[in-house]
Amino acid sequence: MAAAALRRCLTRRQSIPRVSPLLPLTRLISDSTDPITIETSLPFKPHLIDPPSRSTTTTAAELASFFRTMLLMRRFEIAADSLYKSKLIRGFCHLYDGQEAVAVGMESSLTRRDAIITAYRDHCLYLARGGDPVSAFAELMGRKAGCARGKGGSMHFYKRDANFFGGHGIVGAQVPLGCGVAFAQRYRKEGTVTFDLYGDGAANQGQLFEALNMAALWKLPVVLVCENNHYGMGTAEWKASKSPAYYKRGDYVPGLKVDGMDVLAVKQACKFAKDHVLANGPIILEMDTYRYHGHSMSDPGSTYRTRDEIAGIRQERDPIERVRKLLLAHDFATAQELKDLEKEIRKEVDAAIAKAKESPMPDPSELFTNVYVNDCGLESFGVDRKVVRTVLP
Amino acid sequence: MKSDPTVCVMGEDVGHYGGSYKVTKGLAEMFGDLRVLDTPIAENSFTGMGIGAAMKGLRPIVEGMNMGFLLLAYNQISNNCGMLHYTSGGQFKIPVVIRGPGGVGRQLGAEHSQRLESYFQSIPGLQMVACSTPYNAKGLMKAAIRSENPVVLFEHVLLYNLKEKIPDEEYICCLEEAEMVRPGEHVTILTYSRMRYHVMQAAKTLVNKGYDPEVIDIRSLKPFDLHTIGNSIKKTHRVLIVEECMRTGGIGASLRSAIIDNFWDYLDAPIMCLSSQDVPTPYAGTLEDATVVQPAQIVAAVEQICQ
Repeated sequence: MAAAALRRCLTRRQSIPRVSPLLPLTRLISDSTDPITIETSLPFKPHLIDPPSRSTTTTAAELASFFRTMLLMRRFEIAADSLYKSKLIRGFCHLYDGQEAVAVGMESSLTRRDAIITAYRDHCLYLARGGDPVSAFAELMGRKAGCARGKGGSMHFYKRDANFFGGHGIVGAQVPLGCGVAFAQRYRKEGTVTFDLYGDGAANQGQLFEALNMAALWKLPVVLVCENNHYGMGTAEWKASKSPAYYKRGDYVPGLKVDGMDVLAVKQACKFAKDHVLANGPIILEMDTYRYHGHSMSDPGSTYRTRDEIAGIRQERDPIERVRKLLLAHDFATAQELKDLEKEIRKEVDAAIAKAKESPMPDPSELFTNVYVNDCGLESFGVDRKVVRTVLP
Repeated sequence: MKSDPTVCVMGEDVGHYGGSYKVTKGLAEMFGDLRVLDTPIAENSFTGMGIGAAMKGLRPIVEGMNMGFLLLAYNQISNNCGMLHYTSGGQFKIPVVIRGPGGVGRQLGAEHSQRLESYFQSIPGLQMVACSTPYNAKGLMKAAIRSENPVVLFEHVLLYNLKEKIPDEEYICCLEEAEMVRPGEHVTILTYSRMRYHVMQAAKTLVNKGYDPEVIDIRSLKPFDLHTIGNSIKKTHRVLIVEECMRTGGIGASLRSAIIDNFWDYLDAPIMCLSSQDVPTPYAGTLEDATVVQPAQIVAAVEQICQ
């Protein structure tokens, strides 16, 4: 065991150190960049298009970074659960654990110049886009250091410099917004794409079909991603949708059904989709995924599905376990190293929470800032402009 | 649109048709199909698209073919347009202009005669202006486009055919400023949009009867220009509000309470507010005329206030 670890140390010095854009270098886990080929768990199901190959290429370093990022996300969400139960997080809190592979796989196929927009289950997308866990926890607790200065909350995480457009509470309303972002990208000939995420519940919103029609008409570079976790709050997909084949619902727009618990399949599909939309206009990706928590913290998640179902998915399809198995099978890491990594991540998350707790509540004057952009020196609110910061000309 | 490539227009029939009221006539030929975008009939989503494009750095002008149709986009206007700057902690700004014709026309029926200013006024983060003359239409439109905030520009169906000589050169009207139409001494009449013309007609009669009304077109519906309005009230001590929106929860209702809060000591008489009746606008011509405020009622109101 020690000899194997030593061997890995020696090979590491020879290979070029590779720093993941998201997180610091892992220690003894292999960071080799030699490509390996892995088959996706399931074939892609296509609609009006030829599907991409099931063979995906990856490297040890990439798998390790996927593992680390997904672990961070999983830890983050579980920590958010405890914080909510200790009443440090209030209101609505929608957790993403179980769905990490979608966020991580998607991010790995994009650049930061591409845009992502999603609904309210946005904590992990924010982290994937380079969001800092401290500002995320601070926002959840309504503190000044939060990514939206404490004024947005769980459902309103944004990161403009990483082209992460949030964070939206009204189901489906983000879909036309995402098409608008794609419109601007096409207008300015940027050569970038927008990934517009929504859920199986939102898939029945009229504005989605309206936006899809326009996106197809004008060949907007938008990928509509349906994160199908099979339950719209408490309603199972077959109870809400006459046709739960969401990848086919685009009718004239091609679609692809992807195993959303397999990060490599997600990465492959997103790469494929990005290339497709830049040439041909929109495509729908249906990510078959699952959330372990209920819809939100006020939903136990067990009244409309059985504990056996949840445990079964955790056993068979958990995205993190899948990558762990790959890392172990290819001898890129030992079980102990991965366990140590988990401990490290736990410490990191706890440290982030502690740091976030230090941040104070927003100043009372923040109630009135950012209502308007400071235009002509005007920062005011209400019809009678009771608090005037400037005198009119 | 010539000076700033990020300015674009989107709406139904704004491009090749030239706009249902010809507001965008000729623009598609000049700037192309992408900058003057003909949208399908999907107000909710094309308003959302305009807002998304604004988040990404464009400056879209979204047209509702009739203001009433924008009710379908209310969620986008309220949550995404008005509130996104705040909920993102100032990260995203939405420099969008939402415009369209509203108001009571000539027997267009209830659904095509709506006045949405009363519905939109509570949305935080939104600015609202109403134009009434060719001069202020150009000035307010330019200011609205240049503003970093979302602005709803209310036009009126019956005012599109007005002709006026206006300067060729660039000018803007301040979005938050009211317009002094006719200075006077006896009573302050506050109005906006089409009712300005009814007020001016009544003013002719009033002058013949010996009154000297001060007429102010408030233009800025949110926020109110209490600076100009207040100075006028300090002079005349009497206020009459003449508006086209409904009595209940209208602009007049807000204006009245704003005046009472700020200028109570200067009032010598209760504030009178003439608004449209709280009914759907009927089709029959005589009934339609009875829903909106007519010059004769304005004259009677002034006489009552100035007793």
